[in-house]
Amino acid sequence: MRTIGLVFGLLAAASASAATPAEILRGFEAPGLASFSAQRGERFFKVTHGGDWSCASCHTENPVGQGRHAKTGKDIAPLAPGANPQRFTDAARVEKWFRRNCNDVLGRACTAQEKGDVLAYLMSLR
Amino acid sequence: MNHTMRRLAFDLTVWVASLFAALALVAHEAMAGNHVFAADNARWKAECGSCHIAYPPQLLPAPAWGRILSGLDRHFGVDASLDAASAAEIGAFLERNAASGRRAREQAQSLRVTESAWFRHEHDEVPAAAWKHPAVKSPANCAACHTTAEQGDFRERNIRIPR
Repeated sequence: MRTIGLVFGLLAAASASAATPAEILRGFEAPGLASFSAQRGERFFKVTHGGDWSCASCHTENPVGQGRHAKTGKDIAPLAPGANPQRFTDAARVEKWFRRNCNDVLGRACTAQEKGDVLAYLMSLR
Repeated sequence: MNHTMRRLAFDLTVWVASLFAALALVAHEAMAGNHVFAADNARWKAECGSCHIAYPPQLLPAPAWGRILSGLDRHFGVDASLDAASAAEIGAFLERNAASGRRAREQAQSLRVTESAWFRHEHDEVPAAAWKHPAVKSPANCAACHTTAEQGDFRERNIRIPR
């Protein structure tokens, strides 16, 4: 009975998500990059980069909790995969939001190093 | 007898016709006070509904939606750019269901729904303090008061203004 439950659980997990956060993280690895650092990612996440906003402006200083869109006020589900298992399970979705949000916060695309550091930080949160 | 039957049939026809007319009127009032928007598309809902509610296509005329779609990389100060396939599908859906008639004419200039004459008219009873309430934040935040806005339902009975 437990085996059946386990099989169904695994099937459900496989169909609901194409990737895991760890796989997405590995996707940012490239020759010449430093190994990803949660500490560096946290700093990057919480500072403004010369503009008005940081990542934390919407996702809050505690991305395990619920965020709020800085402009519209709409609720944003927790960003850390430890708090929200749907996060970082779809590579295209991850790229879409990094593209938009890096443009809004930094006025440019993020590097693979920056994305990897931020994801390492988010994955370290419980 | 024959006359009575004919009279009865006539009466019945008049009654049924009146009933249908009344129902049509009620339906028209419900829909076209235009407070319920039924059009639906999964991609529109997901993409346009991630930072704000997915505003019903009927709130802007087709040319305005076209301008919004072509400027998504700087969408009211935020990058909301889409991949080409999503943009095409959503654009077609918005155009198909866009505002027409008076609402479209009144909306001709602005891309902001909240700046249109009909929006101001519909909201002229809302007290100034309500707009400044922290839970409201912006007149674009429909769902702050229209509790069923996510479902396209803006009827009066579902309004709760935060105080």
